[in-house]
Amino acid sequence: MKVPVTITVNGTPHHAEVEPRRLLCHWLRDDLGLTGTHIGCDTSQCGACTVLLDGQAVKSCTVLAVQADGCEVTTIEGLARDDRLHPLQEGFWERHGLQCGFCTPGMILCAVDLLRQHPQPTEEQIRHGLEGVLCRCTGYQNIIAAVQYAAERLQPATPQKVG
Amino acid sequence: MFPRAFEYQVPGSIAETLELLAADPEETKVLAGGHSLLPMMKLRLAAPRRLLDLRRLRGELAYTHTTDGGLAIGALTTYHALLAAPAVAQRCPLLVEAADQVGDLQVRNRGTLGGSLAHGDPAADMPAVMLVLEAQIEARGPQGSRRIAAPDFFQGLYTTALAPTELLTAIHVPPLPARAGAAYAKFRNPASGYAVVGVAALVALDAAGKIATARVGITGVSDHAYRATAVEQALVGAEPTPEALAAAAAHAADGIDPLEDVFASADFRRHLTRVQTARALRRAVERARAA
Repeated sequence: MKVPVTITVNGTPHHAEVEPRRLLCHWLRDDLGLTGTHIGCDTSQCGACTVLLDGQAVKSCTVLAVQADGCEVTTIEGLARDDRLHPLQEGFWERHGLQCGFCTPGMILCAVDLLRQHPQPTEEQIRHGLEGVLCRCTGYQNIIAAVQYAAERLQPATPQKVG
Repeated sequence: MFPRAFEYQVPGSIAETLELLAADPEETKVLAGGHSLLPMMKLRLAAPRRLLDLRRLRGELAYTHTTDGGLAIGALTTYHALLAAPAVAQRCPLLVEAADQVGDLQVRNRGTLGGSLAHGDPAADMPAVMLVLEAQIEARGPQGSRRIAAPDFFQGLYTTALAPTELLTAIHVPPLPARAGAAYAKFRNPASGYAVVGVAALVALDAAGKIATARVGITGVSDHAYRATAVEQALVGAEPTPEALAAAAAHAADGIDPLEDVFASADFRRHLTRVQTARALRRAVERARAA
């Protein structure tokens, strides 16, 4: 039996009837046509399907669409604002953080959460935070550089003293 | 891959969850973060007829409270929340160290402590930690609430003391002994992040600097996490020298017939168990000295 849900995707509320066993990644890709969410291993290991669920990075192959009822989902399609790339997207461009691009949406969305948790991450924190997204082009070095690029861009222009 | 069709319900209270569970206990599963259950359902290793999504119980069951010297942790507390909780960092750094090594960032965002314990995966990290902390696991069922000591809780491959009509609601961590240090040393499967071998160790020193208490919990090696009692017995009363720790760690897999899989043979696992036990003990002693 289908279940009614309301899920806000990239700022737009969607009312839908979904089968409980429908995975969030399938709903995003097949029902909404948001194919930027990639499906890699399908066993919650590779992280290509990572999206933000209420701001937290999650593997959408391991979340049922019904679990996202009432939540906000951000996919890679929702990251740019007014044709301006998100600083992480810009970083991946500027620092050659991708080769084939398959892991890139997951990598970027995971990095959004990482930078939310650690606005000024050390290299070790970046590596630890991105463990859940696998790159097969061995591009990790440039991916780290891309995240560092974005971390710098996301800092306030004038650092303010606290306290 | 996707699961077999199931009926989906979102109970609004613990009482309602227990009623729904009691209606068809063998065919009903509860869903917390879903990071153990959903992968099994996708592989059709599990195919419950009914799924109870606990997301409306987060208000009731996602918390970290300090108790009399210890901690009470709600079953729906995610690893991410454990890592962010000052009470946990202050009372139980071992839990933080281990939680930070579970899966990866995305898994830690969704996965819950209660969900992992109830699942009983032989390679999960938290069972080893629960054994060493001598935690009590609280379950609520039709007859009310009961507390299960960690060694009685883990019983076998995906098998726990939890009855099909019960819901795991909380984890109670008692205060640690005085002058104690603890550590979690893990050799992780590079793909899944699960423990090939995970060793939690807690060492408390007496006033003379000798070992007063030693607790060692090991996961990934047997069909369920176990206390390495031979290691513990060899350490109590001993000077915590590197030699004594290494000699005791050699007993880490005594009496155990280690699991074997495509990634690690039984012999390799036995070897890793001793190596990781020695590492966990060394770090625990360093921390006990600094405490």
